[in-house]
Amino acid sequence: MKKVKINQIASYVPAYTVSNDDLSQIMDTSDEWISTRTGIRERRISLNENTSVLCTKVAQQLIAKAQIPVDEIGLIIVATMSPDACTPSTAALVQGQIKAPNAIAFDISAACSGFIYGMEIAQKMMRMSDFKYAIVIGGEVLSKEVDWTDRTSAVLFGDGAAGALLEANNDVEAFTGTDLKTFGNLGDRLVAGETNPIGEFPPAQFTTFHPFKMDGRAVYKFATTEVPNSIERVCDQNHVSLNEVDYFILHQANIRIIKSIAKKLNQPLTKFPNNMERYGNTSAASVPLLLAEMRENGELHAGQTIILSGFGGGLTIGSQIIKL
Amino acid sequence: MTEEQIFEKVREIAADQLEVDQDDIKLTSNIKDDLDADSLDFFEIMNELEDAFDIKLESDEDVVTIDDVVKYVKKQLDNK
Repeated sequence: MKKVKINQIASYVPAYTVSNDDLSQIMDTSDEWISTRTGIRERRISLNENTSVLCTKVAQQLIAKAQIPVDEIGLIIVATMSPDACTPSTAALVQGQIKAPNAIAFDISAACSGFIYGMEIAQKMMRMSDFKYAIVIGGEVLSKEVDWTDRTSAVLFGDGAAGALLEANNDVEAFTGTDLKTFGNLGDRLVAGETNPIGEFPPAQFTTFHPFKMDGRAVYKFATTEVPNSIERVCDQNHVSLNEVDYFILHQANIRIIKSIAKKLNQPLTKFPNNMERYGNTSAASVPLLLAEMRENGELHAGQTIILSGFGGGLTIGSQIIKL
Repeated sequence: MTEEQIFEKVREIAADQLEVDQDDIKLTSNIKDDLDADSLDFFEIMNELEDAFDIKLESDEDVVTIDDVVKYVKKQLDNK
């Protein structure tokens, strides 16, 4: 059976930076309140670049770094909860922009677990097809879905995109095991971009789009309970011990959630890198954004075992063991 | 289950979450002011208690002191 490896990782974030102090100018909050409860100090906000623009910049970097012909890309998946439009998909817009004629392209909606869901779909499709390369990107412009008057949610989110170039090959296998789980019965605990049916015909007004609403305690409990369960499950099923794992690269929602998960897994916090301080919660982008930064800083090496874990809207969870 | 037994469990969970000595947690302790717990600490304590006692605890219940927590847990256990 053919093998799949990660050839490149790349990221792109918009330039405009909004600090906690900036937010305290427009809502009743403070840097101290936000940073002690979330670990977030600032976030990037996209003023004019939509999600497909951020994702296209990631795809262009992946191709330039790998120096591959674009016509060998067979698949482009974008994981996003903030697409440019319901249709065309963000992935199709990326495919058009990078001019990859042989790539099929579609989005997936699994919120903050989206990158892991996308990686799993891509690696399995690659084994059953003749795709040489696939691109998986987590990209978000969450600022367009945030209620900027709601201090309980507006302080949490940021914009950005990052992704991986996967390569089918005969030598190196990156994908050791994956655990995906969905809890649709808890879906209403975290909702963004909700729309409603028209109610009457002809409709009195255009359908409206509702910003984020979140049951913070329920989501906190979900994450701190189900992420350790998922990581233990994927390790057990694939005979990998937690102590063998070099890094746990978790969705960057909140430093307190990550500390709680580290404690429950009885693993040192030093194995849980984080960068939400500078980017906030970027949903599907957060795991690859951290991966890209770690690779840039020389923290990732061949032979390491890492676990990627995303959790969020759906509610969804996904944990994946990767051998570098 | 008696209130004393519930208090023992509440004290154990709160001490672990807030990283304080169990002896520093008294029935009269104000969770926010005396034990320096913020909203996420409170979430975590309530979540752990839900699992420990297999009950449902609402965050918006009027709970200020450790004694309030013990009495709320007792009420939910009695209603099970």
